[in-house]
Amino acid sequence: MTKKNLALIILGVVLLVFPLVVRSDYYQHLVILAFIWVMIGSSWNLLAGYTGQVSFGHAMFFGVGAYTAGIFATKLGMSAWWGMAFGGIVALLIGLFVGWVCFRLRGPYFALATLAGGEIFRLIATNWESLTEGMVGILIIQTFRSKLPYYYLALLLAFACVYVIHLIMKSKWGYYFVSIREDQDAAESLGINTTLYKSVSLMVSSFFTGMAGAFYMNYMAFIDPEVVFSLHYISIMAILVGIVGGVGTIMGPAVGAFVMVGVQETFRSAFFGLAPKWISQGHAMVFGLLVVFVIMFLANGIVGDWSKIKRHVFRIKPSSI
Amino acid sequence: MDVFLQTLVAGILIGGIYCLIGIGMSLIMGVMGIINLAHGQLMMVAMYITFVLSAYMHVDPYFSLIVAMPALFLLGCFLQKYLLNPLMKVESILPENQVLMTVGIGMVLAEIARFIFSSDYKCVKTSYGGSAFFISDISFNVPMCIAFIFAIVITVALFWFLAKTDTGRSIRATAQDKEAATLMGVNSTRITIITFGLGSALVASAGSLLIPIFYLFPDIGGPFTLKAFVICILGGLGSTVGAIFGGLTLGIAESLGATYIGMGYKDMVGFVIFVLVLVFLPGGLVGIKRLIKS
Repeated sequence: MTKKNLALIILGVVLLVFPLVVRSDYYQHLVILAFIWVMIGSSWNLLAGYTGQVSFGHAMFFGVGAYTAGIFATKLGMSAWWGMAFGGIVALLIGLFVGWVCFRLRGPYFALATLAGGEIFRLIATNWESLTEGMVGILIIQTFRSKLPYYYLALLLAFACVYVIHLIMKSKWGYYFVSIREDQDAAESLGINTTLYKSVSLMVSSFFTGMAGAFYMNYMAFIDPEVVFSLHYISIMAILVGIVGGVGTIMGPAVGAFVMVGVQETFRSAFFGLAPKWISQGHAMVFGLLVVFVIMFLANGIVGDWSKIKRHVFRIKPSSI
Repeated sequence: MDVFLQTLVAGILIGGIYCLIGIGMSLIMGVMGIINLAHGQLMMVAMYITFVLSAYMHVDPYFSLIVAMPALFLLGCFLQKYLLNPLMKVESILPENQVLMTVGIGMVLAEIARFIFSSDYKCVKTSYGGSAFFISDISFNVPMCIAFIFAIVITVALFWFLAKTDTGRSIRATAQDKEAATLMGVNSTRITIITFGLGSALVASAGSLLIPIFYLFPDIGGPFTLKAFVICILGGLGSTVGAIFGGLTLGIAESLGATYIGMGYKDMVGFVIFVLVLVFLPGGLVGIKRLIKS
């Protein structure tokens, strides 16, 4: 058994027993949030990190998934859990449309279109009150009072998402994706239908993000357009999770999700109540500074730049690695 | 008919200011090939400068152009020199590093403004703020008309600069072909710095001109960033002439949308146009010209 496999098994066991050991709802909640971000970050990474199509609007897929689940509960009178089945599919169809519009074009069209897409859906959700309740938002009743079922479901979803992406990247598709990222013309000349495979990547990515959104609806039991279609706190956060962890790596976004949720919560709670209160008001600024800092000094993320970090932080000489 | 004409007039007037925003974005896009997602936030900074000047020093918003434009020019140069250009050397998988950086810059700028001025809405009261004059039954808002005239003057000055001066020609050369321009002795790093400064100064002028009409808050930048790239796509990426058409078209379309569809959907109109342009006319309005030529 290799060192890496052993580490993964230990990690799995730790995550499985974590809620049984740490009974605090607060910490369980944070880890559940981190799992949701593992899903969104990994999906974003499949599209941006592996296929090279940087999306600035994953909130679009997340919000659509969440609203699908919410509308199932409020308008169809069914359980919001049905949204878990359909949220991903609705998000996937929207991904298909976005891909059809943008992927025939070269240039920054995809980045712009996704950015605009997030805003379009936010405006629709705000203004189409008969369907979405507008700014009032959708409120449902949580199925479980305990956090445990949510915890294990989120763990399962996050694991499934990372594992499926791992499988995809090991398959022929994965090589197609990377070749598109590295050189689209070369990929095209080797007979890869780049438009098709970019769309495939986008569809998988939007499907998992939509699932994460539907789960969020079930778990948080409240959504409004400003929360689930937020440019900064969903779309940009997805990018940050990917970049902090490491773009183009399987475990990168998973690491990034835990780091980012940790950082966000530390500042929002003003260092868990230890620091003066005004720090919590500045948490959005910290967010922006983090974007700047990470891009300048940690462009390939914690996982991607691990050897560099080891060298600088732990003072291990390159020769001894 | 009057309603329609009135809507059209309002659209064209606001379109003039959109032109300034769009041209700035277009210049940056043309020379550096990146979308500047901090564009609206730079305008917000200029608006706060104008606000401070007029609220505390009683400087007329239009005079504060003399302060706001150079200030934003310097800020733009600074951002390009110390935050965006160093990224060229950073090795990374993602090509969109610089775009992400502009997002970060935009967020930091908005939060600094919130830190200093809080989230409250501010506005500048001017003696002419609410005044209007009438031609037949159509009303012309005075500050909008002044802003429109300023926008024309600044645009003409910019085009003169791009066509006649050495630096302006270098900017156009870099936009056309960066490598060839470098081979011809253009210092392309310097040109990117000047271009970002110029783009910022242009959007700053738009901010100062909007002050007598709009109220002001730290998050005002976001929607204008989105408008800016809709204008650029509409006009054709990186084309300054296209940005003028794009700006006017967006202004008129938004105004028509607000009158005939509803205020809530006003911001949607721009995005709908955006998607339609992407589907049917990827080259933008400049693309039509090329189609006709060929």
